[in-house]
Amino acid sequence: MSNSKLTRRGLIKTGAVAGAAGLTLPTYLRADGHAGFTNAPTGDTVTLGFNVPQSGPYADEGADELRAYELAVEHLNGGGDGGMMNTFSSKALQGNGILGKKVEYVTGDTQTKSDAARASARSMIEKDGAVMITGGSSSGVAVAVQALCQEAGIIFMAGLTHSNDTTGKDKKANGFRHFFNSYMSGAALAPVLAANYGTDRKAYHLTADYNWGYTTEEAVRSSTEAMGWETVNAVKTPLTQTDFSSYIAPVLQSGADVLVLNHYGGNMVNSLTNAVQFGLRDKLVNDKNFEIVVPLYSRLMAKGAGANVKGIFGSTNWHWSLQDEGSKAFVQSFGTKYGFPPSQAAHTCYVQTLLYADAVERAGSFNPCAVVEALEDFEFDGMGNGKTLYRGADHQCFKDVLVVKGKENPQSEFDLLEIVEVTPVAQVTYDPDHPQFSGGNLGTCNPGA
Amino acid sequence: MDAIILQILNGLDKGSAYALIALGLTLIFGTLGVVNFAHGALFMIGAFCAVTLSRILTLSHTIIDETQKDFLGNPLKVDVPYIYDIFGQQTGDAIIDWAVPLSILFAIPVMIGIGFIMERGLIKHFYKRPHADQILVTFGLAIVLQEIIKYFYGANPIPTPAPDAFRGSFDFGAMLGFDPNTIIYPYWRLVYFAFAAVIIGAVFAFLQFTTFGMVVRAGMADRETVGLLGINIDKRFTIMFGIAAAVAGLAGVMYTPINSPNYHMGMDFLVLSFVVVVVGGMGSLPGAVLAGFLLGILESFASMAVVLEILPGINQIIIYLVAIIILLTRPRGLMGRRGVMEE
Amino acid sequence: MFGLTKRDSTLLIIVILLTVLAPFILNPFPEGSAMAQFNAGYPDLMQRLVIFGIFAIGFNILFGLTGYLSFGHAAFLGVGSYAAIWMMKLLTMNVVPAIIISVVVAGLFSLLVGWISLRRSGIYFSILTLAFAQMSYSLAYSVLTPITGGETGLQPKVDDPRILDGALAAGQTPRANFFGLEMGTSYELELGNWIFTFNAGYYIAAIVMILAFYLSIRIFRSPFGMMLRAVKSNQQRVNYTGLNAKPYTLAAFVISGMYAGLAGGLLVAMDTQVGAERMFWTASGEVVLMTILGGAGTLIGPVLGAGFIKYMENIVSKINKSVLEQWFAFMPDGIEDFLIAIVYPFIGKGWHLTLGILFMLVVIFLPGGLVEGGQRIGRLFKRKKPSDDAADGKTTPAE
Repeated sequence: MSNSKLTRRGLIKTGAVAGAAGLTLPTYLRADGHAGFTNAPTGDTVTLGFNVPQSGPYADEGADELRAYELAVEHLNGGGDGGMMNTFSSKALQGNGILGKKVEYVTGDTQTKSDAARASARSMIEKDGAVMITGGSSSGVAVAVQALCQEAGIIFMAGLTHSNDTTGKDKKANGFRHFFNSYMSGAALAPVLAANYGTDRKAYHLTADYNWGYTTEEAVRSSTEAMGWETVNAVKTPLTQTDFSSYIAPVLQSGADVLVLNHYGGNMVNSLTNAVQFGLRDKLVNDKNFEIVVPLYSRLMAKGAGANVKGIFGSTNWHWSLQDEGSKAFVQSFGTKYGFPPSQAAHTCYVQTLLYADAVERAGSFNPCAVVEALEDFEFDGMGNGKTLYRGADHQCFKDVLVVKGKENPQSEFDLLEIVEVTPVAQVTYDPDHPQFSGGNLGTCNPGA
Repeated sequence: MDAIILQILNGLDKGSAYALIALGLTLIFGTLGVVNFAHGALFMIGAFCAVTLSRILTLSHTIIDETQKDFLGNPLKVDVPYIYDIFGQQTGDAIIDWAVPLSILFAIPVMIGIGFIMERGLIKHFYKRPHADQILVTFGLAIVLQEIIKYFYGANPIPTPAPDAFRGSFDFGAMLGFDPNTIIYPYWRLVYFAFAAVIIGAVFAFLQFTTFGMVVRAGMADRETVGLLGINIDKRFTIMFGIAAAVAGLAGVMYTPINSPNYHMGMDFLVLSFVVVVVGGMGSLPGAVLAGFLLGILESFASMAVVLEILPGINQIIIYLVAIIILLTRPRGLMGRRGVMEE
Repeated sequence: MFGLTKRDSTLLIIVILLTVLAPFILNPFPEGSAMAQFNAGYPDLMQRLVIFGIFAIGFNILFGLTGYLSFGHAAFLGVGSYAAIWMMKLLTMNVVPAIIISVVVAGLFSLLVGWISLRRSGIYFSILTLAFAQMSYSLAYSVLTPITGGETGLQPKVDDPRILDGALAAGQTPRANFFGLEMGTSYELELGNWIFTFNAGYYIAAIVMILAFYLSIRIFRSPFGMMLRAVKSNQQRVNYTGLNAKPYTLAAFVISGMYAGLAGGLLVAMDTQVGAERMFWTASGEVVLMTILGGAGTLIGPVLGAGFIKYMENIVSKINKSVLEQWFAFMPDGIEDFLIAIVYPFIGKGWHLTLGILFMLVVIFLPGGLVEGGQRIGRLFKRKKPSDDAADGKTTPAE
């Protein structure tokens, strides 16, 4: 495998470089050969930037994203078994790179900090000439990098980001999200919870004290309350909290019979472990079994919480045990290459890369504005979540959402969740001007220089 | 009332973790005068001793089970721990179940060894260097230690449950005459509290009632004079370093069932443990323990829903707020000695 | 020159040359060569190098001169950043008001924190500053979300008021500028296989850094600086001579807080975004490490330390396996795999490990930090022992 930008930059020296910051250039610099947008690929290669957490608490998730990206690049360049390219409803991709240009990539470390993520993304844009940035595993990073890409005239294909804000109040024309969001989690979970735990329940929320936590709490609250649940209390917990005992101990005294943990990552692993430790799940309250709900699940978190996840409901974007053709093809090629099944983060990153490449092929240009046009209101299938729509109004994907449950008898260390229900897309669709997503302005696409 | 009792319990439990870490830190920091930013890493390594032991106990060979399929449709590979072959499945499971308590035996020699190596190999050369250099070298060491752990164990938390016998919780409420289920507390956390009390007691007794401890205490107070008396204080300080490392490590081992350990748990505790030590007062072991429990209890109260309604966000800052108030009203923390790290 | 001794003038001129020629110095390798991975001459990193240089210079005025170790300096950087971005959102995208307000706000905040924290000394002082910074971080991330943007931070948006700016053209996004000159504007020079980038934002930041550096030399050499050093060496003696040290230390604290605010404002000017992580204790720790690594109390040390750490963070973390494969491609297969296996843990996601090891090596073998390394090399060439206080200089105090 040869590396990317080195050759690419060599080829740029036709004076078309402009790119530098990707920010505007005085007109006199716009030499001919420049295609009118930032980092226009001029040689026979194109560089993508994979910006994932490689240090910090989400490093393992980032590593899995990176594996997916490498696999996607391999497939785009015609290597491997082609994975989802064979099941994807659009047949524009030929396995000869993108628009005939071989796909190369650069990687960076977001450290799950918005500053570091932007520094890394800027170096990809300025130094390596990346024409698209993708990745990340938190909403803070996604929003920060999305804003940067909007300014620089680069396409941003979000990785794992679940907060409503990414395609709500902080949406940007150059940014696209395939992953689902807080609202969808709430809308998908509520009916399943009602069916399993009844409509007469008293819920106690523990919420991570930052944007994602707020939007998730709001989404779950409003959709469960709509079904008749009562919210007894909602307590905010600091992000830096590691021991949740003092938040969990008072739950039983409140008369609540369901505990909703609006936590992600390390917070969720610890709060769930603590809640189970306190024996909450063995208790009878209001003559009902006490239950715990985790709105957003990931396999890596489930692994961290170990046996504590058994029987606990949550939602997820995708799971490797899905039996549609797309998922099977992806699991097959990922599993063959790496020896274990992919995580949902890997799936969304892989799909985002293919979607971008496909949009470029269909648009016939790397120009961000052409790509935006090709992706907006694009309907596709065969990528593991059934029929999917990339809505033009907010650049959010609308697709089926999975409600999952911690598996009682896992077969292997990856077999931790089982799918309870595939919530159809109609049930999780909302209006672009829904109050939980208000206050944003998509703006118009920016091709940069 | 029951809510308050519950938060006091929580506070004691949190406090015992803080106190244990602060105790080890203050042995090094407040007495040897070394700013040890690697102390959190020692706590983390202790926790990973438990992980390592349970990995060793579950070392497996694979057999192929034709009746089941894995995710790619190939025959499932099933891991069978060697320990099953040696002791049979039932005994083997019981041993694996008790991995965390067993790790105590494993962690003590490992941690003392690491402490010795650290002190002899590195820290020794930094006693006379400025604190700034100590910060840089121990911070570097902390990063190196945690990256090594990350390399071998990944960044994800690793669940390390308590033995079955200690799972579930104990109903204090029923015992004290409250309604059932109002005051429940997990067995393992009670074990942790008791364990912390024993360790803290043992360290104090060791320093208070043994000749060795007496010499060390004298050395803390006036190292040169003790040296002039012909006593080899350096050797004793090495041993103290080993003990401090062991205390941190044991705190880590016992903590694993409470929260799944990960490679950066040491950094999470590092700042907090410095705050605890300083609030307790430099050079004072009782101060560190007292401050640990005090901050633990206050943190627990600040996390109550009623408190948060009046003062939103107080749970975010309570520890630092209390630290500021204490340091402004008591110049050397709760029980600090004059002249230690004040210049 | 400018009231500096000959030695200091030389140092200043060296710094000016280094910053002005940075686009050449940082891009020593031709495009397309395997070593181009190590080129750091792109705008973002060059900007960060000088901005964190300013941050470290300011920190050194407090720590290097008075010996007071603040563990909460990132709070001033963060507060400055928030002030700057609000200025951009409300008033104008011109960076000048934003930078001025960031210095002012950080100065006021550091006056408050310093006034309280300086009641204690030594480790007690450090913990007080740490506590203030951690409270700022926690609150900014959570309950202050309406003001700070919390997790997602603040960025300029198309529909911000910006009362002084005219309406944006359709399809345009607000961009930071210096009276119309946009920060992202770059000119690229090609010489053979080399491409050198000259970025407007970088040069603005560089000029600010040179001014900041000049000011710090003046402070170091002034009677005020001497007074601060007296506090460091023996505060009691200062007190016995009937002098109250507190106003001096407080002034140093506020000055270094303003430097931090300036750095924060510049960060926003170059990259219009603020996140609360900027104030986390690790960020405060980073500036401490930069200063010690470079050489606390020396003039140039902190800048070197800042450059070193930021370079490692941005360059080493981007080397991935396929880059390694390319480097070692000329080796026979077995050796190539072996070399990759050896190097791999230290690059990419392992960049922290490399950083940690380098911290230890520097502090063990170069007790005076990177500056001492430089001096030793200098001594090797000169073959004679130069006067020890290369950067400390000797100025007669006024008192």
